[in-house]
Amino acid sequence: MTRPLWHWSCAAAMVLAVAFGAEAGEIPANERRSDYALMGPELRGMQEDDSANPGMLWVLDGEVLWRRKDGSTGRACADCHGEAAHSMRGVAARYPAFDQTLGRPIDLEGRINACRTKHQRAEPFTFESRELLSLAAYVARQSNGLPISADDDPATLPFVAAGRAIFEQRQGQLNLSCAQCHDDNWGQKLGGATIPQGTQPGTRFIGSSGKVSAHCSGGYVIVWSACARCHMPTAPRR
Amino acid sequence: MRPSRREFLIGSAGIGMASALPASATPAMLEEAIRNVIGEANLQTGKITLEVPPLVENGNTVPVTIIVDSPMSEAEHVKAIHVFNEKNPQPHVISITLGPRAGKARIATRIKLADTQRIVGIAEMSDGSFWTGEASVIVTIAACVEDVK
Amino acid sequence: MARTLINVPTTAKRGDVIEIKTLISHPMESGYRVGTNGTMIPRDIIRQFVCTYNGEDVFRAELSPAIAANPFISFFTVATESGTITFEWRGDNGFAASETAPITVE
Repeated sequence: MTRPLWHWSCAAAMVLAVAFGAEAGEIPANERRSDYALMGPELRGMQEDDSANPGMLWVLDGEVLWRRKDGSTGRACADCHGEAAHSMRGVAARYPAFDQTLGRPIDLEGRINACRTKHQRAEPFTFESRELLSLAAYVARQSNGLPISADDDPATLPFVAAGRAIFEQRQGQLNLSCAQCHDDNWGQKLGGATIPQGTQPGTRFIGSSGKVSAHCSGGYVIVWSACARCHMPTAPRR
Repeated sequence: MRPSRREFLIGSAGIGMASALPASATPAMLEEAIRNVIGEANLQTGKITLEVPPLVENGNTVPVTIIVDSPMSEAEHVKAIHVFNEKNPQPHVISITLGPRAGKARIATRIKLADTQRIVGIAEMSDGSFWTGEASVIVTIAACVEDVK
Repeated sequence: MARTLINVPTTAKRGDVIEIKTLISHPMESGYRVGTNGTMIPRDIIRQFVCTYNGEDVFRAELSPAIAANPFISFFTVATESGTITFEWRGDNGFAASETAPITVE
């Protein structure tokens, strides 16, 4: 099943946001801040405490899935990759990354599914399914505390440019672009919520998967693209 | 002034949503729920504190800490704590049974709030007295009554 | 079996007041949300949480639909003796889960 086009465009936008300094334009490098810094104290407290952070439930599920044999090869992730704490350290921090075979950037979930289809000969997990979120959370957890350094392979440049174009394009019922809030008005309030920057939010949370939203009741593991669902409800899903 | 197309769309969506909403709790339901707990007893203000952020972005996960000032000894302790809300579809939040084995009457949890409202806590003491405290919360994204997307 | 996360100190001194944190995965569907087909999604919540310490109740909570998904409950108890602390959750549609944690009290 092909990944919807808007999804890898979002991945490209993420690459754009983190890979570039002043060239990204609107937010100067020295003003860049993780969503974590703009969070309210209660939400931050929830994220900092592993025993209270609901995202940890997904991480625990992911650990089970890591060891579960699957696909026609009957292999588990652990059979090739061993202990995730060792083999996956730093991995999530450098995604999205350019994939030579596909000829385009791929994000962490895409990489997990690529491994499943190619090496385990298993069905790919549905995007945003519990299994995929859990495995991604578990893998990302192994990069906890590490700085994000998404791929700076020059092959990503055209995708980054495409991502920047989408980021700056007005769309949806409210005729807003991402940049208008997240570049021009970050730190200000939108309906009581502080607007974060367009960079990967929640880096402190379950490693550097950068996938945090307060909109999943209790779940705290939501893909970045879900922002569009509420804030740009009629934006085309390309 | 004629509403713009955008305002009209948002307005009519609001009307459509309102007719589908379940009936929300009223102050009368809250009073009744409290009466069910305390009966004819006198309700004194104090001893129980509800710590909750004054403004939450998302009503689906509101952290609340309930603290009751009590030595939690065999002779003097909290027997039960009840928390109610004002505007959710139903008034109950949580009821907790404690005793001297608790050591400290301090409980933290996360609740759902469907609107900007008060939450009210009632502490029932071992000597039969009832104490109350409350907190107000501004909620920008409502829980319970949103449509599933 | 639902995923749970329990945080209990493994050792304590007799008489210490220890903090216990519990987290369990559960949708806590309130029963007030309208689904994509226009009908109400039925309620599906955890109704009761009980903590026992060597068989004796030390904490009990009755939950309502107003408790957030993946219920988190933290509370305190006195470390009285070594043994086992048990946690039980019961809810709609026959939901039942339990966890235990050992504790050594000097």
